[in-house]
Amino acid sequence: MSGKPDPRHTRPRGARLTKWVVTAPPTLFLLAFFLAPALIVLVASFQYPGEFGGLAPITNPGDGREHGLTLENYAFFFSDFLFAEIFVKSFTVAALSTLACLVLAYPVAWLIARSPRHHRDLLVLLVILPFASNFLIRVYAWMIILGPQQAVAQAVNGVLALFGLAPVNLLFSPFAVLVGMVYVHLPFMILPLYTNLEKHDPVLLDAAQDLGANAWRRFWRVTWPLSLPGVFSGSALVFIPVLGMFAVPDILGGTRDMLIGNLIKDQFLGVRDWPFGAALSILLTLAVLVLAGLAAWAARPRGAT
Amino acid sequence: MSLLEIRDVTRRFGAFEAVKEVSFGVEGGEFFTLLGPSGCGKTTLLRMIAGFDLPNAGRILLDGRDLADTPAELRPIHTVFQSFALFPHLTVAENVAFPLRMARVPDDELKRRLGEALDMVHLADLADHYPHELSGGQKQRVALARGLINRPRLLLLDEPLGALDLKLREEMQLELIKLQREVGITFIFVTHSQPEALALSHRIAVMRDGRVEQLDEPSRIYGFPVNRFVADFIGNCNLLEAEVRAADEGGLRLAVAGLGEVRAPPDGVSKQGDKGLLALRPEQVGVAGEADPAWGNRFPGTVEDFLYIGDVTTYQVRLDNGFRLQALLPNAAAGRARFFDPGDRVTVGWSGAAGHYVRET
Repeated sequence: MSGKPDPRHTRPRGARLTKWVVTAPPTLFLLAFFLAPALIVLVASFQYPGEFGGLAPITNPGDGREHGLTLENYAFFFSDFLFAEIFVKSFTVAALSTLACLVLAYPVAWLIARSPRHHRDLLVLLVILPFASNFLIRVYAWMIILGPQQAVAQAVNGVLALFGLAPVNLLFSPFAVLVGMVYVHLPFMILPLYTNLEKHDPVLLDAAQDLGANAWRRFWRVTWPLSLPGVFSGSALVFIPVLGMFAVPDILGGTRDMLIGNLIKDQFLGVRDWPFGAALSILLTLAVLVLAGLAAWAARPRGAT
Repeated sequence: MSLLEIRDVTRRFGAFEAVKEVSFGVEGGEFFTLLGPSGCGKTTLLRMIAGFDLPNAGRILLDGRDLADTPAELRPIHTVFQSFALFPHLTVAENVAFPLRMARVPDDELKRRLGEALDMVHLADLADHYPHELSGGQKQRVALARGLINRPRLLLLDEPLGALDLKLREEMQLELIKLQREVGITFIFVTHSQPEALALSHRIAVMRDGRVEQLDEPSRIYGFPVNRFVADFIGNCNLLEAEVRAADEGGLRLAVAGLGEVRAPPDGVSKQGDKGLLALRPEQVGVAGEADPAWGNRFPGTVEDFLYIGDVTTYQVRLDNGFRLQALLPNAAAGRARFFDPGDRVTVGWSGAAGHYVRET
């Protein structure tokens, strides 16, 4: 045993230090700006609203209450079927948007993945190019496109008139909301699908064809199952943001097209019932977690990709 | 009529001709090998037989029927790919059963045939494993079982042993021969490895630059190469430029520059004045301390170098006229008094019945 430290022993310590230096800032960031607010929302969902908005204090809330914690917010949610209805409607819109995104994005992603290597970067750039302009402006643009005097509405109503049907309003309808949702989230579906499809070994399709599979079965037996990880991550990236989205229904939806996002936003900014808004947020999070758990179970890994 | 007939098949990629007017037939039950260096057109030819590519000219017939209008998925021809191309999301059993599913074979028959196929390649225990859990040799056997299960008329093997290490490759060679004999299905095997081709095939087509240079049994390809390329590509060969001085039933008398007269076995066609090559396999050349009376041709020289390989030793001998000859001597052979060292004066020689006169240079 020599007193001198073995130089080899200093290396792991240095590596450990590096690891801390690298991982500490993001960890602290997430603790401060994600975990702490989430806990605040959780606690707020069990509090009373303050007299002029905000939250009533937990100790000595006034109104003759002993303490400021309550289940009233959750009880209120389950007391009116209207809220459950908004939840169901929101999940339906999210599911439809996800499905529409998937159907539209798959061929695009496939085409990019199959195009010559030096074209792919350009095509991917085109997919993400819309992010360069402001999100609200792009959604407002749809207001113009779908407006009653525009070509799209004119054409649709022209066709309807041929069949003797009354004209419809495209804007401020559930249809417009769906279009907006799909438009905004399409790149989030294309990118993970493309990343997945690009990795597929083309010799697998050769093998499938060689062994008797026609184009249709080559897709469903080989390409589709191998692309499922991309399908799932793309779907998560569309489904979850659509659930919380309030700007698109606000701008493109009619007054009756309220989704959870709008409901929660109204609790905080309109009705000023923060605790109920917090409870809605918690319930939404729980619902998404349950759904994600189910999806993860359904997509549990069997083979490796 | 041959099972598979290739008739004047040409395939061009732009100005480049990958396959040039190739014609040959493959018989039923045969183990047929396309052998050649990379870029010789053997894989292009294989892809056209499989149906992934079409010839620019010529016809490919299976059982006398032109395959031109039959897409790959409808040809009774299956392929074992070099990378095996196992479906990563399917188990061994699902991979092997894939062709039966595509052919819509009923479930009970599928189960029976799947069991037989897995037994045939000793994979029954691994039926529920996924490809990434298998070793290279096991993947190879899955690919073989998958290619054979629907009993194709023809199984194409595209360098299937290339991804395996040497020891495993030798094991798989024996297994391939046994398997092919058992199932009786015609194999077309593509490789650039000449020992593999010699070991496995009933017949070999040696290809170069899109043409078949020689098509024959392995022993004839090795023993009687038709030109310099085949002689050089198949095994090691000493090639000496020679001119026929006299030809009769007893043999050829060749004039080799710098060596004088050399005797070679008769070939029945060459005549006086022909110019060609004398091809001498290293194992036909002997090395001795003094002249061995049994040798019809013998020349003095100096050992330059040797490679000890265990069972044999290869000597590089420089003849006094400057030629270098390779001689391969078995180390266990009786009468080997000693090893030779670089710098030793020796006599190299070979019998008048050894060697082969190659007419084409």
